[in-house]
Amino acid sequence: MNNSKTPLLEVRDLEVRYGNISALHGISFKVEKGEIVTLIGANGAGKTTTLHAITRLPPPEAPRLCAGDILIHGQSIIKTEPHDVVRKLHCALAPEGRHIFGNLTVTENLTLATFSRPKNEDLTKDYEHVFDLFPRLAERRHQRSESLSGGEQQMLAVGRALMSGCTFLMLDEPSMGLAPLLMYDMFRALKKLNQEGMTILLVEQNAKLALDFAHRGYLLETGEIILSGNAAELLKNPDIHKAYLGH
Amino acid sequence: MFDTLLQNILNALQWGSFYSLIALGYTLVYGVLRLINFAHGDIVMVGAYIAFFISSLLLGQYGMPAFLPGWAVLALTIPLTMALTSVVGVTLERIAYRPLRRKGANRLYVVITALMAGLILENGNLLVLGASRKKFPELIEKVVYKFGSTYVTNLKIGVILTAILSFIGLHFIITRTKVGMAMRAISYDKFAVPLMGIPIDTVIVFTFVLGSSMAGLAGILFALSYPILDPYMGMSIGWKAFIAAVVGGIGDIRGAFAGGFILGIIEISVVAVFPSSYRDLIAFSILLLILTIRPTGLFGVAQTTKI
Repeated sequence: MNNSKTPLLEVRDLEVRYGNISALHGISFKVEKGEIVTLIGANGAGKTTTLHAITRLPPPEAPRLCAGDILIHGQSIIKTEPHDVVRKLHCALAPEGRHIFGNLTVTENLTLATFSRPKNEDLTKDYEHVFDLFPRLAERRHQRSESLSGGEQQMLAVGRALMSGCTFLMLDEPSMGLAPLLMYDMFRALKKLNQEGMTILLVEQNAKLALDFAHRGYLLETGEIILSGNAAELLKNPDIHKAYLGH
Repeated sequence: MFDTLLQNILNALQWGSFYSLIALGYTLVYGVLRLINFAHGDIVMVGAYIAFFISSLLLGQYGMPAFLPGWAVLALTIPLTMALTSVVGVTLERIAYRPLRRKGANRLYVVITALMAGLILENGNLLVLGASRKKFPELIEKVVYKFGSTYVTNLKIGVILTAILSFIGLHFIITRTKVGMAMRAISYDKFAVPLMGIPIDTVIVFTFVLGSSMAGLAGILFALSYPILDPYMGMSIGWKAFIAAVVGGIGDIRGAFAGGFILGIIEISVVAVFPSSYRDLIAFSILLLILTIRPTGLFGVAQTTKI
């Protein structure tokens, strides 16, 4: 299963609809183990839809898959339950808009993410790891999480994904609404995670930031992948420059 | 004067206990699913009937030799009834509410389904068991304690203690356990719960198990206190408990607990002063007034999630 030739995630000719509206018209991409891959594109290009398709979220949030396949470690997950994507396949998403549980404390949010981990597992290291990455969370651990700032909430969303024991982390617009300083903190932490072996799929509108951070990138436009390649090369690509980076 | 007051307070606490136990079920399901489970009152009725059949069976009514004393029968009836009533609640969730949820049905349709499910339980009972009322067996010998000129039965004390202990247990589950956390999380943001690796349906089933077993418990306690059972017995007490949950702030278990006792106290106080036929009129006018002043209920907070 962990054949080095099998990518961690492979999306094949994925077509997705919301009701009658087609959101993705057959996209294909891969994420190899240990990579940072970014999916960039404008609003409404289908970035979030792609992530929601991978996490298999239940209706009504879920987009309807019409064609294509999603494979994790070479196995189709089309029939997998959403919680099993996290529990059995260890793929976690820090969703757009963070969606932290504001009525729970910071610690409770983190604990909740360990819901489906084995009962006898020692989680002390995991908590320490999260608090190491995001010291601000440690300071606020007993605070109700709705009282956190936007940046801290984003840290919590990432920390929560880590507590689920994931080996593949998907991030949907982690830079959204963050002050520049916090944003760099966040990406520094993500870089560190990657160096520790975490595979990352990053969805971003901020193309410069994303391409600076990632190894490879795909450019999504109205439901189709129109460009792909090495992040450094994409960064130099004149089309991308014009459309997404400004001058 | 003081004795009558004490007597009334005890009665109020007993009725408050019934309302609270039932209101907790409404509030749990609402907190997690945003669904007002209007069949809940009828689940209380089903609980009372289940208790009736189990205790009759154990007392040797259906040919089984009776070998247990009354208290042992009660001790067995309580957990069995709670378990079987939760089976009924979970079945209802499974066949009535879950299919609608899967299809993303509007909440209105789910509420109408709940109302219909309640009517089906009532009329199904009528069809199967007929219209004659059942007399609930007396399982424990009534002991009357006398304090001054106030009388209190062992049953009354039992009912009040059970309600309080149930609430403490439930509060512990909601605030301290992972599944309780998951329930609170769903009530705040259902979207992100599966992303935590939590199977939503499991949490919902657990919620129905909690709510329905409390309903079963309320059914037994009510049947022990007022031992005549009929298919419509759950209706009026169910509606009142629902109102108690709303006055307390629906979705918050502290609210349901307090709301139940407030309703009990108001009802008994009205009867203490006015003719008893005015009870509901005056009691509900007072509750309406409370809601006018605090539309979100006593423990409710506008626009945030609860449980």
